[in-house]
Amino acid sequence: MMMWTAATALLSHWRRRPLQLGALLSGLALATALWSGVQAINAEARASYARAAAVLDQDELVNLVSPNGRSIPQAAFVRLRRAGWNVSPVLEGHYRFGATRLRMIGIEPLTMPVETNTVDLGNAGDLLSFISPPGTLVVSPGTAEKIRGQTDLALRVSDQMPDGVAFADIGLAQRLLKRDGELSRIVIAGDQRPGLEPLGMLVPELSVRETNAQSDVEHLTESFHLNLTAFGFLAFVVGLLIVYSTIGLAFEQRRPTFRTLRSLGVSLKVLAVLLIAELVLFALAAGAVGVAIGYLIASLLLPGVAATLEGLYGASVPGTLSLRPEWWVSGFAIAVAGTLVSSAQSLLRLMRVPLLAVAQPQTWGRSSEAGRRFQVLAAAALLSLSGALLLWADGLEAGFGVLGCLLLGASLLLPAVLSGFLTLMQRMSSGALVTWFWADARQQLPGLSFALMALLLALAANIGVGTMVESFRLTFVGWLDQRLAAELYVAARNGDEADRLRAWLATKVESVLPISSVDVEIRGQPMQVFGVVDDPTYREHWPLIVGIPDVWDRVASGEGVLVNEQLWRRERLRIGDKLDLASDWEATVVGVYSDYGNPKGQVMAAINALISHYPQVSRLRYGLRVQPDQVADLRSSLSDEFGLPPDNIVDQAALKEQSRRIFDRTFLVTGALNIFTLGVAALAMFSSLLTLSEMRLPQLAPVWAMGVTRRDLALLELLRTLVLWLATFAAALPLGLALAWVLLAVVNVEAFGWRLPMHIFPYEWVRLGLVALAAGVISVFIPLRRLAGLAPSELLKVLANER
Amino acid sequence: MESYICDIVVILAAIVIALRNLRKSYETAEGRLEVLRGINLDLGAGESVALIGESGSGKSTLLHLVACLDRPDSGEIVVGGRDISKLNDRERAAYRRAEVGLVFQQFNLIPSLDVAANLAFHAKLAGRHDSAWENELVERLEIGALLTRYPEQLSTGQQQRVAIGRTLAARPGLVLADEPTGNLDEANGDAVLELMLSLSKGTGSTLLLVTHSQRLADRLDRQVHLRSGKIE
Repeated sequence: MMMWTAATALLSHWRRRPLQLGALLSGLALATALWSGVQAINAEARASYARAAAVLDQDELVNLVSPNGRSIPQAAFVRLRRAGWNVSPVLEGHYRFGATRLRMIGIEPLTMPVETNTVDLGNAGDLLSFISPPGTLVVSPGTAEKIRGQTDLALRVSDQMPDGVAFADIGLAQRLLKRDGELSRIVIAGDQRPGLEPLGMLVPELSVRETNAQSDVEHLTESFHLNLTAFGFLAFVVGLLIVYSTIGLAFEQRRPTFRTLRSLGVSLKVLAVLLIAELVLFALAAGAVGVAIGYLIASLLLPGVAATLEGLYGASVPGTLSLRPEWWVSGFAIAVAGTLVSSAQSLLRLMRVPLLAVAQPQTWGRSSEAGRRFQVLAAAALLSLSGALLLWADGLEAGFGVLGCLLLGASLLLPAVLSGFLTLMQRMSSGALVTWFWADARQQLPGLSFALMALLLALAANIGVGTMVESFRLTFVGWLDQRLAAELYVAARNGDEADRLRAWLATKVESVLPISSVDVEIRGQPMQVFGVVDDPTYREHWPLIVGIPDVWDRVASGEGVLVNEQLWRRERLRIGDKLDLASDWEATVVGVYSDYGNPKGQVMAAINALISHYPQVSRLRYGLRVQPDQVADLRSSLSDEFGLPPDNIVDQAALKEQSRRIFDRTFLVTGALNIFTLGVAALAMFSSLLTLSEMRLPQLAPVWAMGVTRRDLALLELLRTLVLWLATFAAALPLGLALAWVLLAVVNVEAFGWRLPMHIFPYEWVRLGLVALAAGVISVFIPLRRLAGLAPSELLKVLANER
Repeated sequence: MESYICDIVVILAAIVIALRNLRKSYETAEGRLEVLRGINLDLGAGESVALIGESGSGKSTLLHLVACLDRPDSGEIVVGGRDISKLNDRERAAYRRAEVGLVFQQFNLIPSLDVAANLAFHAKLAGRHDSAWENELVERLEIGALLTRYPEQLSTGQQQRVAIGRTLAARPGLVLADEPTGNLDEANGDAVLELMLSLSKGTGSTLLLVTHSQRLADRLDRQVHLRSGKIE
């Protein structure tokens, strides 16, 4: 009974302040929403990688591979089978069906170990058609849609298949890929007869590749998901700042109630239990709403994320979301944990301050003073840690550590910096109202500091990520201009057509640039080796980062190769280092080129050297150099002469446009999260101002009584809020630029393997500043209207004895 | 904000106040409550008048109307020959700045400003800041040691001294005090009232003081008794 009565008294606070309750619940719901939304996306993507890895890579099993990345002769497989080894052959490569390039995986279903039998081959009849000519391709519904009509082969559609992949019988794959008698790897089954001749004796030329705990795609996309998680966490922290601020203010406002309850015999323990129960109740209610909104956010963002993952890493993720119970539970858990963490300080303060002192503002003020000192010390420690990590630590986690410490440290320092600024302005001013304006702004700071910290984080993230993306865009566009120098790109449908095409083009264009590559494994990493002809196009346009003076001569001679920046950084290569590109092909690194957007290492060698070491290399695609005004004619001639479909002839402009579209799509999610974070910060400001406006009367009434109109007071309130917003914006600029620098020079290098030059975009700052200003005006609008429309009787209540 | 100086009308050394048939009522949960029911009152220049009566008799409401903090339902408030009940918001604010000094029971110091800034605040707003006069007030109110402190660091007696100093620093023609010693003990209350009376006499200000205490009222030039919204 006593508990219920006390609970009623505590809850009555919220009944009288529905807007404050709304702010608390919406802050908590938004924080949960952004966090759980990002978690949902990550969980969906990871589940998809796991599915794909199970189907594609048979990663639970040990494989035999060629150490130099070359093909394995089929004879090795035969040797192993004859010796009694339970093994199965796999051939992998890329094959084009019209404009669609698929990863072709050839398997031998009869010898395939049971544990990797993840390819849905249907019943016995289907199996027969799979292994008998002309053969069957097992593909996903999406892939089937794309290649239908492009091949005479039968298609078996399976929901388990990832997009962009086709499974075929190994014989069919060898035929299509023109790799008769070749294998990519040999899968070793888990169960083997005892007493078999050791592998080292049977196939000494092959090496054993152990089980991968993580699939290639999972490994590659790890940094992307870490990025997303970091953003989600940032938004969560920003949302929690609202919760912290609102709970702190609510505790402040309920001081008299606490004192009364305690003096009426409610123990501190019961009071604390009631307050915690109240908070948990709110957390569960807001958590439910948050998880639901999170699901909505994730559903909206997932198609964009899927496109990004496809564009950046070639990873296939479905664009639809499934409901996972663990995700619901984690959403509620984070809401409750976040609420308790946010309210811990207020609860501790309640426990520590003596009964009679609870209702005295100055006691709380002094407690806050100690908190502020601790805040500055914590900020200094975090900023120092950030610097130390930057100087002495390596790796992606360290990069995010630098970012986290920098952002958190700077936001903790913000109230002290703003307080210093306001004190300085107060000292420099002389007029009564102006002095009061600055002094009053400083007095508002504790109540607004968390909203301002949230704003700082949101603005810095916007500036930092915006600068990173725009720097990337500028560099990327310039790089694209260099890289896509050929005016027209054409793809033949088969080898004969390619031969005829080359002969026909010899007299029609200024130069023909073959685009031929093989997928190999170098130093244990999957890579591509490209072949290039000696042409002025490369000498004049190719974006080299470093290179020896006669770099192109050395490449043309076949003894030198270029490597992309990713490979260069990952393997810590230096000019003059040797690379084993095949068992009998060792080449010297003579230069490094930038290769944005490619997760894999890449090597560029002379085309003749490539063909001589990899005779099976596909030679179907070509870049053509012609005068720009001849592009249209050449295009129609190619179409007339060879009957090539439009997808096989792509001009430079279309390709650039497509690349830019992929680029923009890639950062769509980042942009959306940026806007969400800024929105949450604006909400934080709004809720703080709204709550503060209820406490403002005692501060404003005397000034009004001494002859300042309500209208002028309202204008000063607006000005005060805007000054604080602008000061925070000014603080966010250097922090945002520091964030951008860390992203470009540390995180990107660790995550993607390339470093981008940093560009400054002042117009973007102005734009963001205006958006922030608009959000500021909106956030202050309702509290301001309330103040401007305040009846004199309300102000008189403050001044009158009877209040 | 210094443009407020332009709004200042006439600074009167002392004010003659005439209240004519003043009425004021409020909407309450129980219906309309008539607080003042036809008040007629004259205050002479430099006169000190005690307004006494029970709680709810309308003392504070009357004070608020004279201070231009609230508007009457009907009637006239003529101050220095001008009916201030007809002023618009800006003119009312200018009147409060330039002509009135208010002392409240709750002191109502500005919490964000230190004592020195609080003391000078109204005088600067009124455009009449006089350092010499302010120093004299500091000395007489014995608050020299408190100038760098903030209101929350002062005792109630100290806060009321500062509030009186703030009012008198602006040399207002009319001082309106609403239970200025209500929060002080008897000894402190007496000392503060003594100071206020002597300082307002010194500046020639008219003083209208609301109090419950007959003992305090006896020390002023005249007493006006209010009962149920009417002067007895």
